Amino acid sequence: MGINSDITGIKQEMKIEEIASLLDAQIICGGNNMDCTVNYAFASDLMSDVLTIEGSGILLITGLTNLQAVRTAEMADISHIVFVRDKHATEEMVSLAVENNMVLLECRYSMFKTAGILYDAGIKPLY
Amino acid sequence: MHFEYQINGGDFTNAGVASSQLKKILKQLNIDFRLIKRIVVALYEAEVNVVAHAYHGSIYVDIDTSKIIIVIEDEGPGISDIDLAMQEGFSTASQQVREMGFGAGMGLPNIKRNSDELNITSNPGSGTRLQMLHHLNKQAG
Repeated sequence: MGINSDITGIKQEMKIEEIASLLDAQIICGGNNMDCTVNYAFASDLMSDVLTIEGSGILLITGLTNLQAVRTAEMADISHIVFVRDKHATEEMVSLAVENNMVLLECRYSMFKTAGILYDAGIKPLY
Repeated sequence: MHFEYQINGGDFTNAGVASSQLKKILKQLNIDFRLIKRIVVALYEAEVNVVAHAYHGSIYVDIDTSKIIIVIEDEGPGISDIDLAMQEGFSTASQQVREMGFGAGMGLPNIKRNSDELNITSNPGSGTRLQMLHHLNKQAG
């Protein structure tokens, strides 16, 4: 299990479905995109920080459950968000996420534990 | 092409709506996705700034074959020391703004980082004007 690697070990990615399973997370929307893969994760409650990151295939781990978390992801080309600490996405957040074809997950673990589980499973940090 | 958007101070729900609409337009114009991200991140931070600090703002977007010029004008308290405001970490944001995930003093630096050219003028007590320019004929980054 864990990260899929090609023969050189360079290509590493994990399906959202597997991430949801590792985190015992609930899929809030984007269930049709569970086969999508991510390579990196970034954990922050500060959206200005999220707006500085570059790259693709990024999972955002955050405890910030307001509309700006989803807006920020939209601007930063991030299609996958996991909300930690048992925080719940609001209806307007889900609506905006659906409009942008995003996957939203909710898990009860802390941000630290969430990041630790995913790091341990092979998801890479951006920096 | 010319587009205009309005921003209301304090309206956090709609902060980012203009950036979102512009992003869709830029995608239709087949602009490089990395450049689109630079443009919309800069505009989004500017929108959040107007919502967070000003009473009202207007966005004017002009697109031609070589460049995009975006002007954000607001009616608000203005910025008394622009050099200080450009320093990462300096912020006068309220607790409410911080709870929205902003207000860490990164907005203007993020706008500058994501613009090819940025011009800021401000009249303390009346408002602030940002003009950001992005060239279309070169690789983003």
